[in-house]
Amino acid sequence: MPPVGPRSGDAIFANIERVNAELFTLTYGAIVRQLLTDLEEVEEVNKQLDQMGYNIGIRLIDEFLAKSNVSRCVDFKETAEVIAKVGFKMFLGVTASVTNWDADGTCCSIVLEDNPLVDFVELPDTCQGLYYCNILSGVVRGALEMVSMKTEISWIRDMLRGDDAFELQVKLLKQVPEEYPYKDDE
Amino acid sequence: MQFFAGTEISPSLPAATASGNNGHMMYVFNRDGICLLYREWNRPLHTLNAQQDHKLMFGLLFSLKSLTAKMDPTSVEKGNLGVPQLPGQGCSFHSFRTNTYKLSFMESPSGIKLILITHPRTGDLRESLKYIYNLYVEYVVKNPPYTPRTPISNFLCMCELFNTALDQYVRSIS
Repeated sequence: MPPVGPRSGDAIFANIERVNAELFTLTYGAIVRQLLTDLEEVEEVNKQLDQMGYNIGIRLIDEFLAKSNVSRCVDFKETAEVIAKVGFKMFLGVTASVTNWDADGTCCSIVLEDNPLVDFVELPDTCQGLYYCNILSGVVRGALEMVSMKTEISWIRDMLRGDDAFELQVKLLKQVPEEYPYKDDE
Repeated sequence: MQFFAGTEISPSLPAATASGNNGHMMYVFNRDGICLLYREWNRPLHTLNAQQDHKLMFGLLFSLKSLTAKMDPTSVEKGNLGVPQLPGQGCSFHSFRTNTYKLSFMESPSGIKLILITHPRTGDLRESLKYIYNLYVEYVVKNPPYTPRTPISNFLCMCELFNTALDQYVRSIS
């Protein structure tokens, strides 16, 4: 009888590898510091962090879908819940919550009480205006774009600026349905 | 026997044996219709050039998906055929079988479509396709030299590990 492949991917990929939290925090801090040295402008650094996050997000989505096995979300509400409860938990180890839904259900806030990226971090006066965790907004935006949702993400509350939690506002701009990509005359 | 290499240079593919290798071909497409991967283990008949073959396959599946969703007797919607679907709507088909082959299909919500063509007596391959999707994530997505939305080719991004792991796994599917 021919050998049978493993029934699911879990056999090999079951142990989601974890990295030391301090290493993670310090590495991220080093990245931000280097960006500040190279770019000098706080706005530029914010943009660059967002772009880096976007590049991560477009790859992260496949890993998320493969490991968590969630099926397609029916609407944006479900999407936001999945991001907060499953996504953030899986990748950052923290559970976020979703609040502040607007009337059409296209805009919400994801609130993080705890954020491993900012352990030990204090922003000096020269860096006011820096969104230290902007990489997260890029990640969410990139990931959602790969599942056909164009979104706009901004920070409402930032603990490094004195607020009591991190609050990320996620606004759905539009859902882009799949279209047949080839032109008819080709 | 002539082998199609598709958009990648294929190293020496293992000769298909009647008992060992049941996989015939494999395609991986992304949501824009770009064929990320085409592997062939056993395909005696070649009719079209590679580009047309990929387009045909993609078009076929795109239409099939749309058709099966519209024909769904349990769904309450009555959309028109051909209207692009939003993600989350519609049922998804997972295989069709003819007297000479079986085509198994899996689509992730991010638009990655995996198509595996095997002999007709193969059982349900949904778990296997999920495993292959995991392989794709581990060896391709997480590989920094790989640029998303481009074909997986050994030249540009050193995805040799993916090809080897894939070959080994497909050979082990009964």
